[in-house]
Amino acid sequence: MIRRLRRVYVWELPVRICHWLMALSIVALIITGILIGNPLAIQSQAEASQSFWFGSIRFTHFLAAYVLLGVIIVRVYWAFVGNKYASWRALIPRNSRFWRRIGRVLKTDIFLMKGHYECIGHNALAGFSYFILFLLIVLMFITGFGMYADMTTWWLPKSFIWVQDLFGGDFAVREIHHLTMWLFVVFIVVHLYLVLYHDQFEARGETSSMMNGYKFVEVEVFDSPEVKGEEVVEEVVE
Amino acid sequence: METSTKTKPTYYEEFRAKGYSRRDFMKFCTLIAAYLGLETTGVAQVTEALMSKPRVPVLWMHFQECTCCSESFIRSSHPMVADIILDKISLDYTETLMAAAGHQAEAAMEKTIEEYAGEYVLCVEGSVPTKDGGVYCCIGGKSALDILQHTAQKAKAIIAWGSCACNGCVQAAKPNPTEATPIHKLVRGVPIIKVPGCPPIGEVMAGVLVHLVTFGRIPELDRIGRPKAFYSKRVHDTCYRRPFYDAGLFVESFDDANAKKGYCLYKVGCKGPTTYNACGVTKWNNSTSFPIQSGHGCFGCSEENFWDNGSFYARIPNFPGFGIESNVDKIGAIIAGASAAGVIAHGVASAVKKGRENKEMMTRGRAAADELKNLNK
Repeated sequence: MIRRLRRVYVWELPVRICHWLMALSIVALIITGILIGNPLAIQSQAEASQSFWFGSIRFTHFLAAYVLLGVIIVRVYWAFVGNKYASWRALIPRNSRFWRRIGRVLKTDIFLMKGHYECIGHNALAGFSYFILFLLIVLMFITGFGMYADMTTWWLPKSFIWVQDLFGGDFAVREIHHLTMWLFVVFIVVHLYLVLYHDQFEARGETSSMMNGYKFVEVEVFDSPEVKGEEVVEEVVE
Repeated sequence: METSTKTKPTYYEEFRAKGYSRRDFMKFCTLIAAYLGLETTGVAQVTEALMSKPRVPVLWMHFQECTCCSESFIRSSHPMVADIILDKISLDYTETLMAAAGHQAEAAMEKTIEEYAGEYVLCVEGSVPTKDGGVYCCIGGKSALDILQHTAQKAKAIIAWGSCACNGCVQAAKPNPTEATPIHKLVRGVPIIKVPGCPPIGEVMAGVLVHLVTFGRIPELDRIGRPKAFYSKRVHDTCYRRPFYDAGLFVESFDDANAKKGYCLYKVGCKGPTTYNACGVTKWNNSTSFPIQSGHGCFGCSEENFWDNGSFYARIPNFPGFGIESNVDKIGAIIAGASAAGVIAHGVASAVKKGRENKEMMTRGRAAADELKNLNK
């Protein structure tokens, strides 16, 4: 019996570009952020006027933040004009059906219990986790620009001047910014693992799909009620 | 104007009566104008105001405090205003320095409130305890809360001196047993100028008062009510050690060579990057020095909750609820480590659980390959 796979274009070019720029900038932000929080003890005979490494680290941090901001703006736009796999509808739970889907993914993939779900893009839980990531990025922008607001003359960061007061001073803002960073580290660990997990156990080309945009999905999946459309809802009973 | 200056001496007249020369007076006006960030013509405005206006009546209240604000004020390097305000001549009421005592003092206060309603400035040093009806701070048989409400009603403006009056300072630190409350949470309808710091810089205090006298209105305030002229910049951004920060040269411990070289104190807990004050510019004790110049990090005395923000010698505070030596980095590393361990365990579990499925997939794949081979034949 030959199992037929369909080559399906899931991740459009803007989605992939956004993904990798986001990955790059977030990794850069984490590394430079950790260094800013606890600078290396570099001993040097050079005069202070000859050295600017810490200033450069901070510059890189701010640069990466602006890159991330640009990417987020494009990605949010694409969530409204892109294909259905990139749509905001695949990310934000709006009804109980979405939550039930998340439940099935949890059951099947996370708790490794008997269960079943079908999807072509990312699954419901993954979609939801990217929405949470988006909210965390927004929180990072708020706290980050909040700390930045007082050293700038540009209106964009300056418009976050209210943040310090909201959180009760720069110290608290910094603490929140710092703690949230660790959630990004956790996200990266879990995200990378689950990509490998799906690649291994589904063999649809999960990893390379973020490079070339294509996944290989069994033809039957396209006919399953879960994938076909939202009007056909069938709770999977095992 | 003429008559009023005759009945009530102007600041200038009082300065002269105290024995200051006109030259001293002009120096003072110039300095204060500079501190306030006024342009050159502002000097004339300050001079004009102090020469023509009678002194503003001042009630200076002491509640939950240590009097360090008063100490700082009378030690301001150009003490003319301090002399006049805190001297018995112009002082209407202040527990620490007034000549009158007992009922006499209370009567003087009442007189000022009645005679100068809407004109006098209420200076408040210290926070107000509100627990148990305010019994933890009583003066003359009245609670601080009652006194504040009574004196604040008819004041032209309130100056909240020091961190106690602005954010509660040490007595509002956890667990805040007396429910010490800053002034702005207790008084409505009267403009409040916050001058935080433990204590605030004497020149800053004098500057705020002179601004009130010169322009007849409160200075420009920031979002949370502090005068912009003194609290709009971080200590970090005005610090003379800032170039060492950008160069990445840090003091690692207080007894190392870097400390001797005067490197940045960021890693030994300097709170300059999160503290808004004029220390880096105005400095202390006749502009002699300020904490960072003396080799100790800023501990953020003018910021809210500075007592609860962890060690003075660490950038990262203890994380609540996780023991004494915990901070966000340790917690974060543990969470990240736990998630790494979690995914490894999950990977092993999945491999075991899904091994059969995988085998089936491989078998099916091989069968399909064979089938294709046969088709091609």
